[in-house]
Amino acid sequence: MSVLTSTDAVPHQQLQNKEPWVKKSVLPGFGLSFGYSTLYASLLVFIPLAALIVKSFGLPLDQLWDVVSNKRALASYRLTFGASFIGALINLIFGFILAWVLVRYKFPGKRIVDAVVDLPFALPTAVAGIALTALYAPNGWIGQWFALFGIKIAYTWIGVTIALTFIGLPFVVRTVQPVLADLEAEVEEAAASLGASRWQTFTRVLLPALLPSLLTGFALAFARAIGEYGSVVFISGNMPYRTEITPLLIMTKLEQFDYAGAAALGSVMLLFSFILLLLINLLQHWSHKRTGG
Amino acid sequence: MMKLINTLSLIAGALLLSTAAVAKDVKLLNVSYDPTRELYREYNIAFAKHWLAKTGDKVTVEQSHGGSGAQSRSVIDGLQADVVTFALAGDIDPLARIGKLIPENWETRLPQHSAPYTSTIVFLVRKGNPKHIKDWDDLIKKNVEVITPNPKTSGGARWNYLAAWGFAKRKLGSDQAAQDFVAKLYKNVPVLDSGARGATTTFVQRGIGDVLLTWENEAFLAVNELGADKVEIVVPSVSILAEASVTVVDKYADAHGTRVLAEEYLKYLYTKEGQNIIAKNFYRPRDKEVEAAYANKFPKIELFTIEDFGGWKKAQPEHFGDGGIFDKIYQ
Amino acid sequence: MAGSISNLGHNTAAKKNHSAGIRGIAKQSATSEARWIRWSLISIAMLFLALFLILPLVIVFTEAFAKGMGVYVAAITHPDAAAAIKLTLLAAAIAVPLNVVFGLAASWAIAKFQFKGKQIVITLIDLPFAVSPVVAGLIYMLLFGAQGLFGHWLMDHNVRIMFAVPGIVLATVFITFPFITRELIPLMQEQGKEQEEAAITLGANGWQMFFRVTLPSIKWALLYGIILCNARAMGEFGAVSVVSGKIRGQTNTMPLHIEILYNEYQFAAAFAVASLLALLALVTLVLKSALEWKAAREHEIAVLTAQAQ
Repeated sequence: MSVLTSTDAVPHQQLQNKEPWVKKSVLPGFGLSFGYSTLYASLLVFIPLAALIVKSFGLPLDQLWDVVSNKRALASYRLTFGASFIGALINLIFGFILAWVLVRYKFPGKRIVDAVVDLPFALPTAVAGIALTALYAPNGWIGQWFALFGIKIAYTWIGVTIALTFIGLPFVVRTVQPVLADLEAEVEEAAASLGASRWQTFTRVLLPALLPSLLTGFALAFARAIGEYGSVVFISGNMPYRTEITPLLIMTKLEQFDYAGAAALGSVMLLFSFILLLLINLLQHWSHKRTGG
Repeated sequence: MMKLINTLSLIAGALLLSTAAVAKDVKLLNVSYDPTRELYREYNIAFAKHWLAKTGDKVTVEQSHGGSGAQSRSVIDGLQADVVTFALAGDIDPLARIGKLIPENWETRLPQHSAPYTSTIVFLVRKGNPKHIKDWDDLIKKNVEVITPNPKTSGGARWNYLAAWGFAKRKLGSDQAAQDFVAKLYKNVPVLDSGARGATTTFVQRGIGDVLLTWENEAFLAVNELGADKVEIVVPSVSILAEASVTVVDKYADAHGTRVLAEEYLKYLYTKEGQNIIAKNFYRPRDKEVEAAYANKFPKIELFTIEDFGGWKKAQPEHFGDGGIFDKIYQ
Repeated sequence: MAGSISNLGHNTAAKKNHSAGIRGIAKQSATSEARWIRWSLISIAMLFLALFLILPLVIVFTEAFAKGMGVYVAAITHPDAAAAIKLTLLAAAIAVPLNVVFGLAASWAIAKFQFKGKQIVITLIDLPFAVSPVVAGLIYMLLFGAQGLFGHWLMDHNVRIMFAVPGIVLATVFITFPFITRELIPLMQEQGKEQEEAAITLGANGWQMFFRVTLPSIKWALLYGIILCNARAMGEFGAVSVVSGKIRGQTNTMPLHIEILYNEYQFAAAFAVASLLALLALVTLVLKSALEWKAAREHEIAVLTAQAQ
């Protein structure tokens, strides 16, 4: 086996013929790790998801189209994807600040803050929904102040966005944190000694290095928000065309034993999410390549 | 995969064994809907005593509660209930139609269409009734906010909807007028919770809305549990007879060998003891004597039934199915 | 960009000392922010946390103790609550290790090798995040439910998956599926593969390389992943509620038990059990901090050994 690194090790004639599916590497274990992962993922995730898509084709095509493209479904996609996107964006900005503060600064109570970040995962979504509704309802601790100005938070799309921000909060923090902690001080110091200002160091050195993890965090927060059901049904008000999320529509289909219809809506969400996640992952891949990872 | 399943079921089996080995008793699984928790907690104790006296066996009744429709689906999908006690016959029918777990004629196997207790739909308003809500007409007034859950996901909400419809039909005559009335009513609904208890919380805890449409038993319970100083019950002039249906799930009960026990469990609901527990838990009993004993508790209301709508088999798809009337009033 | 071997296991404290050692006026202004920026960033972060996290948490604990300590203790020691806690811990104890093994294997293949369609594979792994818990429950029902593909076979062989522990574990595995991988891939890509390649060149076998080089360098990210995975596993409600059957004392997990209590108007008890879940999460985090502190020394030794090789 060659000792050279993978990129240089690809023999010429192989390039000329046909590029192999996986590039040669001195590192062992690709077969085992890839094979095992594929098997495990197929059994637990991919085959069941395929069953979902197959089930949705139990409907005649015109009915299938109607189920996934009627006005009510479209309105629910708009809310679900829109609120998820805004929520993920909020998390991207504030999650980054939070991760930065936790890794770089010392301040009283830092450990506790660090611990609290994971709360949205541990708290059952239904509890989160109830607690958030209690806070943001017109008679809640926060909601009452907005109610003074005639602003409603709970039972509107704003409430939905807040719930979706809550459940996705740990993602950006937790993906950025390890990478930020792992960044070498030397790079920053080198940039500084070469006369870069702090802002330049941040935008030219730190940000590019953190971009992959930021995008990952954003993608995960976004993805997680799209599917959320438990917390949203409490705070959204579930009004058709206005505050009805797609998972609720799926639930109402199930309620009528319309498994195929439910599967159809589920498949549409799956497809949308897949495309969006793929775009983000490609973006991340590209940015990673550009920074020479 | 098989290996994984085997391992997992072994673990599950070990867990079940560890709890089962302690007491040598018989088990019965009653899958029910949300508001019956309090009722069956009391009833199960009484029934266990009855069964012990009769056979010498110790019976443990396990309970599962959830939304009526979701519970029905779980049973069809393999939740092995010996008996089901649901909010409406419309949630039991699919057990026969889709699940093939019970015969089509299940409703005839016990007295009173297999509904040993009933309830009706009443109003819960804020203390002192500041908006002077007396009857269904008042719900479509401009400044009244009505709280009722989503009929698509809640069995109770379907009764609410049909009660309003029935009132309008009787008063205004035509189906079209009834539909307009119901449409106006739902214009006054600011929040559609997914379940009955969620709606009660929205009304009582969050302070949203002027009137909550709910089961009579839920209204009593809400007043008791959440405060007689906050809310009071208003009884409309006319409402719907909400029959809660029960049945043995033949396929599962036979597989478990619990048929005799399961049948006795449901029959005991019709006895004086059963009916008394039912009345104590704010459900309307079927037994005339028990009813008389609790007459001051349950106000007299003129009640129409689901048969006025052609039964659940017709009403369910017509009103709550996809593209049904409920969907239309939101278009 | 890839971390050199001497940088393995650097924690922030070590880094602070390091930069303090070569302190200069220009360097300091460019490697840390001005005081006012620092404090405004901290304030923004804290305000955000307060609005979105601390207040809901405060609500949970206020409600939990609203009826006094007695109700709280009674709620969390009730036999049904105890059964729910046991089941939740069991499901997490099976699901998390399964996903750890998968996460390590998948990240290794994805981060250290070049192959076609990699982005698609990563995206497929992310998918369970985007799948609504309702759908997650549904897909297993379509396969293993009584009306499902294998329903008859399972029924005939008296194997119970749905409405029993295996179903709950399956749903939990699904929901927490991407956590470890997603935590590891960015870091492992960031680190590159020079160290592993060096180890192999120096004659280490695959497992030696993995345990002495790879694992130490991804330890913290892996731990984060496990903590997240575990927290999410214990808190999952939607998917589990579809497959559990909600049999009291038997197939009720903690989140389901909370819902039941809430629906019985036992608000204080419901929030008491919820606060317990929040506490469990906090305990894992404290545990993490303790481990971090304790392992710091061992870590350095490991680094030295690696260097010596």
